Amino acid sequence: MDYTNNPDVKLPLALIINMPELKENPFRNRIVESFSEDGLGNISFNDFVDMFSVLSETAPRELKAIYAFKIYDFNTDNFICKEDLEKTLNKLTREELTPEEVNLVCEKAIEEADMDGDNKLCFTDFENMISRAPDFLSTFHIRI
Amino acid sequence: GPEVDMHCNTARRGNSNSRSGSKVKEEKPKKGQARRSKAKEKKKVLREQCEEECRQDEEAPKCSKNHRNEKAKTEERGDFKRKTKDSCDEERNHISSDSSSESEELSADEEESQEEKDVLTQEELEKLKEAVEEKKKLIANLRGKPWPMSKKLVTLRESQEFVEKYEGALGKGKGRKLYAYKVMMMKKWMKFQRDFENFRTACIPWEMKIKEIESHFGSSVASYFIFLRWMYGMNMILFGLTFGLVMVPEALMGRPYGSMPRKTVPRSEQAGAMDFAVLWDFGGYAQYSVLFYGYYNNQRAIGWLKFRMPLSYFLVGVGTVAYSYMVVIRTMARNANRDGGGDDTSFNFSWKMFTSWDYLIGNPETADNKFASITTSFKESIVEEQESHKDENIHLTRFLRVLANFLVLCCLAGSGYLIYFVVRRSQKFALEGLENYGWWERNEVNMVMSLLGMFCPMLFDVISSLENYHPRIALQWQLGRIFALFLGNLYTFIIALMDEINLKRREEEVVKYNMTVWQASLYNGTVDDNSTTSTIPVDPADVPRGPCWETMVGQEFVRLIVSDTMTTYITLLIGDFLRAVFVRFFNYCWCWDLEYGFPSYSEFDVSGNVLGLIFNQGMIWMGAFYAPCLPALNVLRLHVSMYLQCWAVMCCNVPQERVFKASGSNNFYMAMLLVILFLSTLPAIYTIVSIPPSFDCGPFSGKKRMYDVIQETLENDFPLWFGKVFSYASNPGLVLPFILVMILAIYYLQSTSKTYKAANMDLKKKLQTRQVQGW
Repeated sequence: MDYTNNPDVKLPLALIINMPELKENPFRNRIVESFSEDGLGNISFNDFVDMFSVLSETAPRELKAIYAFKIYDFNTDNFICKEDLEKTLNKLTREELTPEEVNLVCEKAIEEADMDGDNKLCFTDFENMISRAPDFLSTFHIRI
Repeated sequence: GPEVDMHCNTARRGNSNSRSGSKVKEEKPKKGQARRSKAKEKKKVLREQCEEECRQDEEAPKCSKNHRNEKAKTEERGDFKRKTKDSCDEERNHISSDSSSESEELSADEEESQEEKDVLTQEELEKLKEAVEEKKKLIANLRGKPWPMSKKLVTLRESQEFVEKYEGALGKGKGRKLYAYKVMMMKKWMKFQRDFENFRTACIPWEMKIKEIESHFGSSVASYFIFLRWMYGMNMILFGLTFGLVMVPEALMGRPYGSMPRKTVPRSEQAGAMDFAVLWDFGGYAQYSVLFYGYYNNQRAIGWLKFRMPLSYFLVGVGTVAYSYMVVIRTMARNANRDGGGDDTSFNFSWKMFTSWDYLIGNPETADNKFASITTSFKESIVEEQESHKDENIHLTRFLRVLANFLVLCCLAGSGYLIYFVVRRSQKFALEGLENYGWWERNEVNMVMSLLGMFCPMLFDVISSLENYHPRIALQWQLGRIFALFLGNLYTFIIALMDEINLKRREEEVVKYNMTVWQASLYNGTVDDNSTTSTIPVDPADVPRGPCWETMVGQEFVRLIVSDTMTTYITLLIGDFLRAVFVRFFNYCWCWDLEYGFPSYSEFDVSGNVLGLIFNQGMIWMGAFYAPCLPALNVLRLHVSMYLQCWAVMCCNVPQERVFKASGSNNFYMAMLLVILFLSTLPAIYTIVSIPPSFDCGPFSGKKRMYDVIQETLENDFPLWFGKVFSYASNPGLVLPFILVMILAIYYLQSTSKTYKAANMDLKKKLQTRQVQGW
């Protein structure tokens, strides 16, 4: 198949998330969905290249921040609200924290990062917070 | 020419391409002045309209509804979404391609049209230039745009076509062909650069190995291997310098083995010169070879190339240090830029949530560990957050910490004294002749140093459990203490070495005296003969030799490195591999669970390994001047280490329980490397500057000081005025003010950077408060 001349072949989500690089990642569904054009996870070759290009070592920080925001925004409303945070946390800890603990962590996170006081993180808040993070570049990175 | 003519299809007003198409068909058969001028007029009108539109596009990227509707009508071909500018370009490109095919047939009349082409006014030229510049900027920044790939590809293609089309147009008249040629060359150059970059990336060794380790063990363990690879690269360059500029010229163009006393094994040692034990100890034939300082001849220029050997030796020694400094500082600066910003605790929970998962992990076991570690970390933070900040028992904590530091100091002092004692003992053995003692006595110093390096860090680890620090701070204390330990050991070693050098120099005086006596005995009475050439042929092996202290120093370093390497490998095999085998196979028949209980599998000790690497490198830097073979040896060692440790990590180690972040540590390691570089060049510089070289070995024999070779070169090889300039420049009256100016510059830069940081913090605070208030 000649993918370079851009035939419209799309691979389904279920196939991509079984890649060895993505298999263990708790956010693999969201990653593939954010790079797909239809938002459901069916990606073409161009989207695939795009995905790994953003996740590579040399992608600029701003670009990574944009896509990280998309990934963590589970309900795709362009805001990271409390439900998104709860989902993120549960995926990270495999639901081993009690609901009170989850609640506390999410509230603390919003309190720390929310600048405009609407109780959810817009992209500016997120970027402001992530640009200071020392580990962001090294953890948001997949080597292929 | 054809490129100048810009068509803007009035089709965007509602007419289709058919109009221009029919125009083309109409005009093709006819060739005439009238037709051409009419076409030109039309083109001019169209072009102006196009310019107008483009300006509107630039001013109002969100174009008006009317405009958009009109555009929508004309977008029959292509179903990709385009920005308004893109559609303008697309149209323009299509039409200009039509026009170019049309104008190709005007070949006969090109010259005339060239004169007429200059209907472009200055203003339009400017606008065109701006548009081209903007396209170029877009192309340069395209990688950083968050668009889907298909959109990026389309934009790229269009922008490139636009730039290609109109860039040539910007050159005027006669210079235009040259300009177009220049542009084409520039593009070819960029393509070549990109291919070269791809090739370079493909050449990076061990990428797959490191990726595997990363996915199993996380980024902190992998950071050690990345550091190892970086060191390997640096050592390759050092090896290239010493091998190519020092060892090879002497081997190829210098006097061969056996032609001079310094190049021959002395008669007394010849019996055992080929024994493996002697060679392993770097004596015998290994000692009298290009591997060590003593072999080199002090002839000013050798071979038909007139290669200045002593000068090259000296400059390579200086050059290796200078290169190392440059590389380390450059890497530090690059890391500092990337990390950016300092230690913030204001986003604790947010960072934990968004940056704690390591996307590199691809192995289920590691993922399990990571999940567990993240959960624990959250629980810890929650507990910290929930409990009130009551400092319980701060006095107890303080007391314990002071006690721990005291114990550590005792350890360090103890190890320092032990090494001093052992070195003294080895000097006693050397005086009494080493043949009387067994293997342990001969290698006592090296063994003791390696064993101390192995056991003391474990001791420090145990002591640090008293201190109850946050793990990252505990790690830094640990690293600091191990660093102090290694440093103490190294400097004790150097002091012992200095003692030996002094001993050898005293010996040299005695030998020099004996030499005159021996020479007199050769002539048997013809002492008054003033001729310098000896008529009696003497076998070089029989000439009495001075003790070559430089070769001795080189040998000591090489032996130390070899024994260190051996110790590391053996510890690896026993401590990791045998332990893993034991735990794995004896688990079936043991009372308690070996895998979770006492021995269990070992974890990869990142900090210990990194420090070992750094200190080894320090020893290389120290000894490379006296033993040019050291960088070669180190390259070999690093190569073997890479494979051995990669295998050992994958086979015998388990991922750490507290999976550690690698980021902040990177510059910490570089800083330590820089300190070691500085400290290890100090002894070498001291010996070069203050101790006179041996009289009968090495490239500087016969000189008063080693750096005299520079003076000699200046006098003989450079024109007279050069020497004068140099002597003026090295005048203390000039050097001291220069140093003063540099100190002032450093102080100034330091204070400005402080004020910038303060201003930065201020702005950050202002931004935060404004954002909170503003909404």
